[in-house]
Amino acid sequence: MGAVVALSSLLDARQVWRGRAAPIPAGDQPTGWPELDAVLPSGGWPDASLSEVLSASDGTGELRLVLPTVKRLTGGKRPVVLIAPPYAPCVAGWRQAGVHMGRVQIVRTVEKDALWAAEQCLRSGSCTAVLLWPHHADDRALRRLQVAADTGKALGIVFRDRQHVGHASPAALRLEVEPTPGQVWVRKCRGGAVPSHAIPFPALAH
Amino acid sequence: MLWACILLPHLALDGVLRRRPTEGPLVLVSGPANARTIVSANPAAREAGLRVGQKLAAAQALLAQFEAVPYDQAAVDRWHRFLAAVAYRYSGEVSLLPHAIVLEVSKSMGLFGPWPRFERLLRADLTALGFAHRITAAPTPHAAYVLAGVGDGQAVLDDQTLRGALRTVPIQRARLPERASEVLPSMGVRTLGQLMALPRDGLRRRFGAELLATMDRLSGALPSGLDTYRPPDVFDLKIELTHEVENVASLIFPLRRMTGDLAAYLAGRDGGVQRFVLHLEHREHRVTDVVVGLLSPERDAGMLFELARGRLEPVQLTEPVLGMRLVARDLPAFVPGGTDLFDERPANALPFEQLRERLRARLGDDAVYQLGSTTDPRPERAQSPEGLTEGPEEVHPRPTWLLERPIPLRGPAPMILTGPERLETGWWDGAEVCRDYYVVQTSLGQQAWAFCPPDEQSGWMIQGWFA
Repeated sequence: MGAVVALSSLLDARQVWRGRAAPIPAGDQPTGWPELDAVLPSGGWPDASLSEVLSASDGTGELRLVLPTVKRLTGGKRPVVLIAPPYAPCVAGWRQAGVHMGRVQIVRTVEKDALWAAEQCLRSGSCTAVLLWPHHADDRALRRLQVAADTGKALGIVFRDRQHVGHASPAALRLEVEPTPGQVWVRKCRGGAVPSHAIPFPALAH
Repeated sequence: MLWACILLPHLALDGVLRRRPTEGPLVLVSGPANARTIVSANPAAREAGLRVGQKLAAAQALLAQFEAVPYDQAAVDRWHRFLAAVAYRYSGEVSLLPHAIVLEVSKSMGLFGPWPRFERLLRADLTALGFAHRITAAPTPHAAYVLAGVGDGQAVLDDQTLRGALRTVPIQRARLPERASEVLPSMGVRTLGQLMALPRDGLRRRFGAELLATMDRLSGALPSGLDTYRPPDVFDLKIELTHEVENVASLIFPLRRMTGDLAAYLAGRDGGVQRFVLHLEHREHRVTDVVVGLLSPERDAGMLFELARGRLEPVQLTEPVLGMRLVARDLPAFVPGGTDLFDERPANALPFEQLRERLRARLGDDAVYQLGSTTDPRPERAQSPEGLTEGPEEVHPRPTWLLERPIPLRGPAPMILTGPERLETGWWDGAEVCRDYYVVQTSLGQQAWAFCPPDEQSGWMIQGWFA
């Protein structure tokens, strides 16, 4: 064995990476779902960052997860922008969720311009939240959006298919919605350990 | 009263250099084809020995390579009026004099600050637009004009100092009637001071009333008698390109200049522009029009350029472009957006209106919209971009996604969660519907808003998703 090296000298020489935890992203953006907020390190959506919502198919609760947030944000002055939504938002239904439709701007675009439009909106600083439904968003494109969200201090939420769950993503938070039984999995959350259990997400009671 | 005079010594040359920036020697020539003479020369040409008044043939003997551009009086007049429109921003009383613009500034100084700062603003504007200038100030417009002919930057703020300042002006520079400025020096009268000391009766007998009137206008004893300039209600700027352009990218530089000029004009008029047209001119008077429409009046130079560029870049040129013209007829009043002290947005945020224009410029006019509700109960017609964004809340369950047209539900029969809600309406316009709506859950766990014919519970059609 070689000479004994004092641990403190190694640490002082900064040759050892100590794996310090990344700082917890600041956030005062509750999701509106108290059980989910309780397990997320920032107490809700990470502010000025990109989040991902993954779902298996349309109509499985992915909008229900974000509508309380949209309701809260449309109470302010800045608009919430929807970019390339897969269907038309039903005004009556959104209004029932408490959303003020006068603050919701919809951008109709072809696929290749959707990411550009999202980046512009996030970067501009004039939108509180940008909700995006991309078809082909790779890691690079999402990273650009993440940087834009940080620049414009906006909340970016990307809706993607569940098949992307295995792919790496630069999003600060990834949530997966499962319709049966109604629950939400946290797949990634920056600044904290991923909870090992799903969070119950009750189906809509009519 | 205080008048500022902006003398534009190289107006014709600056107008030409704006559209063809060049480092090499360039001269403006005029006169009959066999005896062209130089009327203006840029510094590089002057350094090479070319002089104003020289014959073109003599110049060609001196220097092998230089550009000679015909002098265009119409273009000079256009630039002159354009700069008057820019100066109109600073004063409501603007007049045109040969190669100069005079404006009354004493009333504007409360807004723009005292003279030194005012002068700096004027100079910054003219320098940004690329025009050489001399600026002076005096209590009368003609005195300011005369002082500008003598030197740059002189400011005479009251009548007492005006006499002293005018006294040393040489007779040839005093802009007197032609005969007087020829004859007076040979009489031994070389400066304005000597002229003003002469008895008026004698001057009237020798030179007529015209000389005395000119002198009185200088001192302010007579009103200036100038016509005030009114900016036109239409902005129309045309530039001819130096060569045929086949690529839109080469139009971007002139476009930046044109939108900058438009912004300067709008600032002078305190207005905005809502819609303008770029005419790309081809051979034989064929024209490609590029229309730039905005949702609200704007006048920021950078924004106008970006929007025009967004509209211009997708254009496919079918033939070369010879000239470009920017016409703005729709010039409504401009209301600057209010800014809130307690604004929650980040400091460098772009106003949403600008963001919306940027998106529209690239994605199309109707790409950004809002949805509101109408009074029609039929789901297909219950909402539209023209609808009201405020409205009463629907008591029956409504989905969050609405399908553009209903699709049939395939697979096993769904589980009914609530319903039915019958919609029977539209008999008056031929699109009658009679449906029972249910909230159902599909075998995949999706919640859907579906309908079927009355009292059947089969043949399900999905109208929306409770996503």
